[in-house]
Amino acid sequence: MTTDTPRPPPRRRLFGAWGRRELQGLFWQVLVVGIALAVIAFLWSNTVTNLSARRITTGFAFLGREAGMPIADSLLVYSPRDTYLWAFAVGVANTLRVAVIGIVLATILGTLIGISRLSANWLLSRLAAVYVETLRDIPLLLQLLFWYVLMQALPAARAAWRPVEGVFLSNRGLILPAIPVAAPQLWVLGAAALGGVLFYVIRRGLIAQQMRDGRPRPAWPLAVGLILALPALMSVLFGVTWKIEWPELRGFNFVGGLTLAPEYFALLIALVTYTSAFIAEIVRSGIQSVPRGQWDAANALGLRRGLMLRQIILPQALRVIVPPMTSQYLNLTKNSSLAVAIGYQDVVSVANTTLNQTGQAIEAIALIMAVFLTISLGISFFMNWYNARIALVER
Amino acid sequence: MTAITDIPDAPRAARPPQIGNPALRWLRTNLFSSIPNGILTVVLLAVLAKVVFSFVQWGIAHAIWLTPANDSSACRAVRGIGACWAIIPEKYRFILFGTYPFDEQWRPALSVLLFIALFYLSTRRALWRRELALLWIGALVLISVLMWGGVFGLAFVSQDRWGGLPVTLILATFGLAFGFPLGILVALGRRSKLPAIRSLSVFYVELIRGVPLVSLLFMASVMFPLFMPSGFNIDKLLRAQIVIILFAGAYLAEVIRGGLQAVPRGQYEAADALGLSYWSKHRLIVLPQAIRHVIPPLVNTFIAFFKDTSLVLIIGIFDLLTTAKTAIIDPAWQQFSVEVYIFVAAIYFVFCFAMSRYSRSLEATGGR
Repeated sequence: MTTDTPRPPPRRRLFGAWGRRELQGLFWQVLVVGIALAVIAFLWSNTVTNLSARRITTGFAFLGREAGMPIADSLLVYSPRDTYLWAFAVGVANTLRVAVIGIVLATILGTLIGISRLSANWLLSRLAAVYVETLRDIPLLLQLLFWYVLMQALPAARAAWRPVEGVFLSNRGLILPAIPVAAPQLWVLGAAALGGVLFYVIRRGLIAQQMRDGRPRPAWPLAVGLILALPALMSVLFGVTWKIEWPELRGFNFVGGLTLAPEYFALLIALVTYTSAFIAEIVRSGIQSVPRGQWDAANALGLRRGLMLRQIILPQALRVIVPPMTSQYLNLTKNSSLAVAIGYQDVVSVANTTLNQTGQAIEAIALIMAVFLTISLGISFFMNWYNARIALVER
Repeated sequence: MTAITDIPDAPRAARPPQIGNPALRWLRTNLFSSIPNGILTVVLLAVLAKVVFSFVQWGIAHAIWLTPANDSSACRAVRGIGACWAIIPEKYRFILFGTYPFDEQWRPALSVLLFIALFYLSTRRALWRRELALLWIGALVLISVLMWGGVFGLAFVSQDRWGGLPVTLILATFGLAFGFPLGILVALGRRSKLPAIRSLSVFYVELIRGVPLVSLLFMASVMFPLFMPSGFNIDKLLRAQIVIILFAGAYLAEVIRGGLQAVPRGQYEAADALGLSYWSKHRLIVLPQAIRHVIPPLVNTFIAFFKDTSLVLIIGIFDLLTTAKTAIIDPAWQQFSVEVYIFVAAIYFVFCFAMSRYSRSLEATGGR
């Protein structure tokens, strides 16, 4: 750099330390925020005027009133005499019921199909590709309506299909044999869960010991003891019975067993198959992202295929898989709101009925937003925790 | 570019000699490489044969293809055994164009063709120039004239008579055409150094992405009258369109932000060193590179939107899916909804599959 050109004198600043750039920045911020505030104020004043003209009082006081809406299929005990608040709780439970089970099933199915797409068997990988392409390119709502129509076209309860003994498929939905669970059974299940946690803790200790001295210590006898034998012993000691309740056809309907209503079943199938197509692609690209050298190295070590997948390939693939998987889980949860199209009463559907009955539009929408934001944050939080656990530990 | 010539090729591993019939060899490596694989192939073939056979039985062999006008008795006779494709020739005008005046339906048909031509031209790399924006504006104006009419001797058709495929294409295309610039602005806002603008952008994106589209559409259909001064109201289709634009803007903003993050810092600094203003810097240097990086995910977002427009069914706007659902309300044809849904699914599939193939080819060429 030459030094013979004299430096220009510093530019005179208009407002002390504030330069042109800062002033410009301030100007833009004031402008944008001003416009946003003006729009919000305009909408707000209109809303207040309109609400008072319609004699609707804002606030959440309506939640204590009697809802009077029927909810056919619910996990919680509900009658139309209950309050709006309870109706919302039932809606949230219905949303969670379809979302949680849907996420689990979609993950399993999607992983299987993603692995199938990489299969050495040409036919299997082509079939998986056709599955993925077809389901991804048709709107979910259309698929949902299609499944629902198929459900309704099933035979009546009397002529129900019986794919397996004790399982009935009819226009009343899917009826499965169930094991009734009450307080004593819950205690035993709790013991099994506690055994699982204990096993996990002890296994970590065993692995740490193996790391130190290199001697393998098999953990499976402990697993059998803690997770199976302990609850079994408890059942025998306290006389807790585990009876399978078989559904039976009495008159025009079924008695006993577990009933998945056609609306729920159609929604579950639609969400699971649609999301599994996306998950399959994520799993495929995750596995493909593991460098070929890792497979070769695992082969060179003489690992069996199962061990190779579990110890070498999957831990590396998961790093690529988990972040996009989170957004698929969120999508599935948000998509469960399509339930309103076939009359399954999830939280959006309950809020919509509330809105029509009471006119409390803002509150109903605010509740929907609160519920979904909470669920989204919950899923993101869990997945971020899991992602941090499996992330590559670098220097 | 000068080629490096004096580096010898790595010696190619000699391939094992190929023996036997190539077709048999292909079967052996791809279908029967091991015993479990062979069993799997046989089982899959058996299942596939059964599924294909029963579909051919239902969909082709026992199907009814044509019936006299509005007479579904032939279809009823084979219900459960054969498909009733006759419902498609019976109802296709309604499914495709809704309640648009029957004699004027060449106008929406022409609009659909214009849309397809517009999409096709937009995929040609040779046409990625400033003129493309003019082409879009021209085509969208022409489509508006065709659909509304009222000029050049075309009868006026108000938008509550619009329906079917043109409405789906309008919602998707206008959603994109307006959502894209909005997305760029919001993405820039989210990366801005100005705290107020940044937090406003973050709030907007997270709010829209945090809730289902269904609830936003409800809001548009139910709450909009509450938001506006009394007596002021806009058409339901336009309200849904605005929601789709806002929705598209938030999702596209996140994709574009990914592209902005991929532009190396040196590019920004070089633009600053040239003394370009904020807007010229982004218009001339940063955005062209950023968008090129994210073309494949952008196309995937477009596919998602195209499918998501079907959600307007829930607030009763006559898009392609709603007209299909309405067509089977007719008691004579009520039982043949599966056939109609398959027909509509095929239409959606053709559009989405074309886009996804295109996205695949872009990924293969690296967006260049």
